[in-house]
Amino acid sequence: MAEAAASAAVHHEAPQGFIRKYIFSYDHKIIGIQYYLLALVAVFVGMGLSLFMRLRLAWPNAELPFGVGVMTPETYLALMTMHGTLMVFFVLTTAPQGGFGNYFLPIQIGAADMAFPFLNMLSFWVTFLALLVMLAAFFVTGGAPISGWTAYPPLSAVGEVAGPGLGTGQTLWIVSLAIFCGGALMSALNFIATTLDMRAKGMSLMRMPLTVWTWFVTAILGLLAFAVLLAGGVLLILDRTAGTSFFIPGGLVISEQILSHKGGSPLLWQHLFWFFGHPEVYIAILPGMGVTSQILSTFARKPIFGYRAMVYAILGIGFLGFFVWGHHMFISGMSPYSAIAFSVLTMAIGVPSAIKTFNWLGTLWGGSIRFTTPMLYAIGFVSLFVTGGLTGIFLGQPALDLYFHDTYFVVGHFHMIMGVAAIFGIFAATYYWFPKMFGRMMNDTMGKVHFCFTFIGVYAIFMPMHFLGMAGHPRRYPDTTSVDFLAALDPVHLFITIAAIITISAQFLFLINLLWSYFRGAKADINPWHSTTLEWTVSSPPPHDNFGGKEPIVYRGAYEYGKPDAPEDYVMQTAPD
Amino acid sequence: MALLLALVISLITIVTMYIFAAKIWWFPPLISQERAAYDEQFMLTLVITGIIFFFAQLGLCYVIFRYRDQGKRAHYSHGNTKMEIIWTSATAILFIGLVFAGQHIWAQVHLESSPADAIQIEVTGQQFVWNFRYSGPDGRFGRLSPEFINESGGNPLGLDFDDPAATDDLVMPVMAVPVDRPVEVILRSKDVIHSFFVREMRLKQDAVPGMEIRLHFTANIVGQYEIPCAELCGLGHSQMRSYLLVMSEEDFQDWLRDNALE
Repeated sequence: MAEAAASAAVHHEAPQGFIRKYIFSYDHKIIGIQYYLLALVAVFVGMGLSLFMRLRLAWPNAELPFGVGVMTPETYLALMTMHGTLMVFFVLTTAPQGGFGNYFLPIQIGAADMAFPFLNMLSFWVTFLALLVMLAAFFVTGGAPISGWTAYPPLSAVGEVAGPGLGTGQTLWIVSLAIFCGGALMSALNFIATTLDMRAKGMSLMRMPLTVWTWFVTAILGLLAFAVLLAGGVLLILDRTAGTSFFIPGGLVISEQILSHKGGSPLLWQHLFWFFGHPEVYIAILPGMGVTSQILSTFARKPIFGYRAMVYAILGIGFLGFFVWGHHMFISGMSPYSAIAFSVLTMAIGVPSAIKTFNWLGTLWGGSIRFTTPMLYAIGFVSLFVTGGLTGIFLGQPALDLYFHDTYFVVGHFHMIMGVAAIFGIFAATYYWFPKMFGRMMNDTMGKVHFCFTFIGVYAIFMPMHFLGMAGHPRRYPDTTSVDFLAALDPVHLFITIAAIITISAQFLFLINLLWSYFRGAKADINPWHSTTLEWTVSSPPPHDNFGGKEPIVYRGAYEYGKPDAPEDYVMQTAPD
Repeated sequence: MALLLALVISLITIVTMYIFAAKIWWFPPLISQERAAYDEQFMLTLVITGIIFFFAQLGLCYVIFRYRDQGKRAHYSHGNTKMEIIWTSATAILFIGLVFAGQHIWAQVHLESSPADAIQIEVTGQQFVWNFRYSGPDGRFGRLSPEFINESGGNPLGLDFDDPAATDDLVMPVMAVPVDRPVEVILRSKDVIHSFFVREMRLKQDAVPGMEIRLHFTANIVGQYEIPCAELCGLGHSQMRSYLLVMSEEDFQDWLRDNALE
């Protein structure tokens, strides 16, 4: 019944008008591109904000362009909050899942569209609205909020009395996230229904590409995690606007003003936020793991090593991801006994992550590796994932967190793994799938130059942050002038800023490559990489209903490369036995 | 390309490991014997992760160079269950063993109660200063009441002087402690969340409004150490800094007496 309704909804006619075709489109491919473009705008804004932060840290008294002048501490904190929020929600959640997941999940499982195309369109436009509301926070009185992307109450709950940006700006911030949660929940439902109901004949779960597995598990994480963030967000809005006290304890005195709130708990927000926030890390990184697996196997011309172990590792990470949120709160004042439980579970989640790394190396072992641009990014992903994962072994121990919590060590760690590793997944996916999406190849030389700058650049930016953290440098400091021991660390800040300027400049190469290739790139044929999955059986770009009204039949798993008795060194999933 | 990439990754690995090994940017010297276990646990973790880092990154370099495309068909294999089981168990034992090896450090700070002879100091964060309250000769902290708070009048915590226990309480902007004597910290906050951090003690704890969080330490080296705020508390976060003054027992008693007179 549900299946019939779903398939009826999917078989929408190809629209003719521009608005129905490109703006309010039901087509998952257009919606995927819309999500990608939204993330592209957000990532350049977010990166620009980080550049200004870096300039301030290197040259605290410099006159900065665009009317910023000498940056005040509150401006720094506002940029920092918006940088984190834009990157986590509108880039890392949006591009890998909403972008590539939307575009390729239906094609890779042999479906004509998502299960609920209208809902899909709605998810995107709700996310778009959330972005507008978020950006509006820059332009209201008091500016953007200064409470960080984690928005801990009471700072985020008590309003302007606690500082600039904590009035209207903070309200817009929370409203935007609540709207975002709405879009993410609709999108998650759609992904889950599509994966379960719309697979082509022969596409058993254990034949699905690992990309599909990661999008599927990410959607389940999103459904459970964003629901909790939405609840927390609504409570925070009520605390701010309706005088409730969910997160505000009694007896607060701010600037000699006694607040009338009573009985709330600041730690309640932290529990709700991190119950979302930790799965969110996997929402950002899992699709990158899927893409990396797909690309490593393709360009090593070898089956993925341990497909089943990879699937179980994805499921294991997804499951355990819900039981480790307390490791963000070791120092928060929660029960020290629970820290012990959370730390053991946190180490346990390192195991499936290690399985993935071993299997990636196993995939490359004995391969015949082709160093295309997407492959470079996939290899870069593995390197960054190892580095960022290992620093997590320090932070997962409550004993070591007694020093490292809220230092630059944490900033270095999460940027390595959740930031740039996930971004490398997005880059890899872009270079890999661009030919399918737009029918043209991206420029390989430009891609390789972009990779070199970016790969060396991100290590030069984020590795030194671990050294700052070891020296005890607290994070979220607009300047280093008021704490004596920080003066010795100024050269490190200067080095990071210079590395950031170079790396950020190199990102324009990517933008130029995208534009140039879109108009001038060499024509791509159906399967330029000699890949095996279903998207490579249809034209580039694929037709409106993906498979021209025919449902493909799947005969084998996704990664049949290098099969000895086969005529070519790859066997398509649709090739009959 | 294979060679270039392998060289770049090796170089990044070696430079990174060199900077860690040369201790160019490092922890400040420890001032507490009981916290020496912290540095040992850090070194143990560093060595274990360092070895994994080295072999994983250089292993990656090896395979990408060794198995670069040389026109041959790749080795056809779907994996190896036995190896899968071996490395899964090995990682599980190593990671979980490591976390258990460090739990006593956590327990020492948070699960053991402070010694009976510990001197109690109440530490209260507010935007953007730290207040340190000593109970005075009677050994009891007096009552606090928010309506008595008066920053400019020298009563930032709102001591209620109707309570006799409050009259001898001493509130200071810096934290003096006697050397070699256990100190129990009672952490509070007036407004938003702050975090009490002393690098040299390897100790950090959030101060949360509405909660009283206790921890304890013993400093063994006389000197002056900084207490920066480590949890974002507003626009003055990076300026919220005080000092921990570790002094001899006599100096400490003098310090209490001198400041009580004022």
